[in-house]
Amino acid sequence: MTAHAPAATALYDVPGPHARRRHLLYGLAATAVIIGIVAWGVVLLVDTHQFTAAKWAPFEYKGVQELLLRGLANTLRAFGYAAVLSLALGGLLACGRLSEHRPLRWAATLVVEFFRAMPVLVMIFFVFVALKVQPLPALVTGLTLYNGSVLAEVFRTGVNAVDRGQREAAYSLGMYKTQVMTHVLVPQALRAMLPTIISQLVVALKDTSLGFLITYEEFLHAGKLIASNLDYDLPFIPVVMIISPIYIGMCMLLSWLATWAAKRQRRSPKTEAVEVAPAEPVTMMPGTGAHP
Amino acid sequence: MNVLTDNFALYGKGFLGTVELTVYASLLALVLGFLMASFRVAPVGSLRVFGTVWVTVLRNTPLTLLFFAVLLGLPRFGIVLPFQLFAVLALGCYTSAFICEALRSGINTVPTGQGEAARSLGMTFGQTLGAVVLPQAFRSVIPPVGSTLIALAKNSAIAGSFSVTELLGTYKTLNELGYSIVWSFIWIAVGYLIITLSISALFNVLEKRWGVAR
Repeated sequence: MTAHAPAATALYDVPGPHARRRHLLYGLAATAVIIGIVAWGVVLLVDTHQFTAAKWAPFEYKGVQELLLRGLANTLRAFGYAAVLSLALGGLLACGRLSEHRPLRWAATLVVEFFRAMPVLVMIFFVFVALKVQPLPALVTGLTLYNGSVLAEVFRTGVNAVDRGQREAAYSLGMYKTQVMTHVLVPQALRAMLPTIISQLVVALKDTSLGFLITYEEFLHAGKLIASNLDYDLPFIPVVMIISPIYIGMCMLLSWLATWAAKRQRRSPKTEAVEVAPAEPVTMMPGTGAHP
Repeated sequence: MNVLTDNFALYGKGFLGTVELTVYASLLALVLGFLMASFRVAPVGSLRVFGTVWVTVLRNTPLTLLFFAVLLGLPRFGIVLPFQLFAVLALGCYTSAFICEALRSGINTVPTGQGEAARSLGMTFGQTLGAVVLPQAFRSVIPPVGSTLIALAKNSAIAGSFSVTELLGTYKTLNELGYSIVWSFIWIAVGYLIITLSISALFNVLEKRWGVAR
């Protein structure tokens, strides 16, 4: 998230004194415009009476605070279940896709490709409506199927990205396939793939908010309850102003962890046999793609 | 099977709704993403900061929260638009952050020497950009932009829960009419597969025609 200009890019040379003065002028103009937009937003907020005491009063009550905290806890619970289960499912499906038995490989490929191509919400609604499951299991199932399939691809490409010599050396030492996998390939692949795995967990965390749509009592749901309270003059905007920084902050923290892991890993000698992984599991297989 | 034939009009409406949402939001995302990418590579500091903040915040925002804030929040400021337009706005802004990053990394793949050579030939900034840098960047951004737009099509399903006509929302009517839920979902899934596979096919053609030869 550095905002520094690179020393030289394909776009322009390192600016000289004249250009730098001009850029400063542009910068001032741009800053003025941006400040203008922000000020307009604030004026709009004040004009529509979003800062009146009545609208912020509910947040002083213990009951409301507990409601929000309970919502947050439910969000984190869904994320925890979904993260653990998707990692497990991803590992299982990756084993299937790397298997030497053709039927197993095909079955795993079919599952992975299908669930990556479906909107995660379709799966959640299917489990919720058609199988008549409670909201939490429905949400977790949908997230697990989707993220598990994406993670399976991450694991598989990770294992395949380990330098061929490692595998050959291990086999020539007389190791079995399982030993080669568990002792040589997977440890290196996992380290190299860690940033990508964490990025995928950010997706899972963001998607727990889909539980709102199937009336799972998560963070957004708690916000909706407070926002639709007539006693406090419908404090919708204050609710959004409180909920979004927390939600976005949590996701940013996890994203930042991924960036940190990537930086650390680039220096680590333990991953040098693995070709540096792409930041996102981007593929152009039919009907699939990274889920931003 | 008769779920589809009996309700072809309903499915058609939902399908077209999803297609419309996808097309309009894609256009908005491409335009905004291009704008933000140009901000992020600009020599002007405040624009770079603005682009960076835009991308960082939107990439870490749950899309449901964005829909929640835009579709239910903007009307409180007296901005009353059709829900479909709000949905396009939310989807487009959200996806623009990912498009921006795809475009930016595409521009970064162009070697510095290309621009230097262009400038030393006396090309202006516009010529360098239009004739040298962007054509090369365009080739390498086709696959990531394709994946992002496929994800956009899938994400548009959220709009259905905010009273916008789209494919996933059709299950509700079918459910009330008493049709088999499993079959109605199977046809919804087929609809999404058609859309995502079409986008994928389109980008495969683009990639074949203009992509980087590997």
